[in-house]
Amino acid sequence: MITFNHVTKRYNEEKTAVKDLNFTVEKGNIVVLLGPSGCGKTTLLRMVNRLESISEGNIVINEQDSMDLNAIELRRKVGYVIQSNGLFPNMTIEENVMIVPDLLGWTKKEKRERFDYLMKLIGLDPKIYRKRFPHELSGGQQQRIGVVRALAADPPVMLMDEPFGALDPIIREKIQDEFLQIQREVKKTILFVSHDIDEAIKMGDKIVLLRDGEIMQYDTPSEMLTHPKNEFVSQFFGKDRAIKSLSLHTVKNLQEVIGLAHIDDAIEDTKTINVNQDLRNTISMLLNQEADQVIVTDDQGERIGSITIDLVQKYLHFEIKGKLSVSQEG
Amino acid sequence: MEEWLRFLEINAPRILELTLDHAILVTLAIIVALLIGVPLGIYLTTNEYLAGTVLQVASVTLTIPSIALFGVMIPIFSIINQGIGFLPAFVALVLYSQLPIIRNTYTAIKNVNPEMRDAAIGMGMKTSQRLLRVEIPNALPVIMAGVRTAVVLNIGIGVIAAYIGAGGLGVLITQGISRGDNYLIISGSLAVALLAIIADAILLFIQKRFTTKGIAN
Ligand SMILES: Nc1ncnc2c1ncn2[C@@H]1O[C@H](COP(=O)(O)OP(=O)(O)OP(=O)(O)O)[C@@H](O)[C@H]1O
Ligand SMILES: [Mg+2]
Repeated sequence: MITFNHVTKRYNEEKTAVKDLNFTVEKGNIVVLLGPSGCGKTTLLRMVNRLESISEGNIVINEQDSMDLNAIELRRKVGYVIQSNGLFPNMTIEENVMIVPDLLGWTKKEKRERFDYLMKLIGLDPKIYRKRFPHELSGGQQQRIGVVRALAADPPVMLMDEPFGALDPIIREKIQDEFLQIQREVKKTILFVSHDIDEAIKMGDKIVLLRDGEIMQYDTPSEMLTHPKNEFVSQFFGKDRAIKSLSLHTVKNLQEVIGLAHIDDAIEDTKTINVNQDLRNTISMLLNQEADQVIVTDDQGERIGSITIDLVQKYLHFEIKGKLSVSQEG
Repeated sequence: MEEWLRFLEINAPRILELTLDHAILVTLAIIVALLIGVPLGIYLTTNEYLAGTVLQVASVTLTIPSIALFGVMIPIFSIINQGIGFLPAFVALVLYSQLPIIRNTYTAIKNVNPEMRDAAIGMGMKTSQRLLRVEIPNALPVIMAGVRTAVVLNIGIGVIAAYIGAGGLGVLITQGISRGDNYLIISGSLAVALLAIIADAILLFIQKRFTTKGIAN
């Protein structure tokens, strides 16, 4: 758990980057810091592991005031991922990943086992990559290494500053999915900086929307989309909020509320989609094919029904539009 | 040709001995220059104000004509009765090496990717750990380039050391000039050139050995 109490950051007389912030990141949650460039996201993040000093207020990490901890020890207990991955080119992948365990004095055997485990987590063969150097990896692979490096010593808290920002959209989505999968297993308390709305909606259990160092709203993604607190929030998420919120709902949610349609075997060329996929992907699939149904399969691959644009629209109307306090034009 | 061979036959032991003297003088000067220059270069990266001054002074040192610098050494070291010989020559060479070594160390460490430095600090490395594990290894090729420049420079300037009685290959050349003996001049010059080439090759080899594959391109 990370608690911010009246946290203020003044760089100099004129520049106050963060103004009297109060919020809590619950244990095991991902909180996304979202907002336009220069709103203070990075500053706020770097105050947690004391890469920046705190001008006023305090930050409490798992019941301990960060200022009571030794800065070096604190940083070893807090995983840190930066946008450019920050891998050290002079070290092999194994050395890179095992930096913090090494600083903490783990044995060779402990390090090796941990490395093998982490590499499997991100689907890279430890044998192949152990002795490679960062420049021998693709951008996506480097970024994954940057993420597991932060996980290496199993820190309870992680700070991630636009960790997937440098990747192209397709790889980014893949790594986001992969990371959420890992997070389900490891349950870290994570502060995650992003300036990408879709990423924030997808990754965040909650979102802190910032402007000029002040919190505009702190809520779950769906609350923010459906109940924006002020003009800035609703403008920030844009007129297509309704569409965006589709990615918060899965085919399964729809099935539970209004049920699926029957499969029309007369229609040729229909694609299939897993029941856990979100409705935004479903819609784009429906729009990108000839047939006007998509067959839904469960985790075992059984065909359990079909979904159509009409159905999504109906669900949207009941579940989402009904909740939008400001009228939707999307 | 025959005369050449006879010359070499007679003078080979002496040429070798002077080459060795030369190499020892330069090696000792470089070792001491490294011990001063590298830490100083690293320290300067943390003190911007001092950095400007020190680099300026080091640059000026390099522009002093070598014969003048050696000349200045004589009265200074006469105070401790070492006015001529090894010591003043050694000190002059240490001074000449400072610029390439300090400047390259300073620039190399300064140019280490700031994100890399940030990651190192953010993961809880102490300053010494950051220097030894991240900054110096990544700066090594540039630091070594400075060392190689200094070595070649010193081998050349070391020739002048003969004028203040410090021995070395300069002896062959100065004697050759005063006696009008071309063989002496040519063999002395060739030995200097050869020594520089060999020293540079050895340093390049060391540099390759200590640079990891990750930054060796
Ligand atoms: N070292 C510094 N000295 C003075 N001002 C700074 C410093 N670092 C950041 N700032 C200012 O503080 C404000 C917040 O910066 P910060 O880097 O936290 O923004 P950000 O939200 O991370 O932006 P981005 O999305 O572009 O990364 C900006 O106006 C920036 O110019
Ligand atoms: Mg930033």
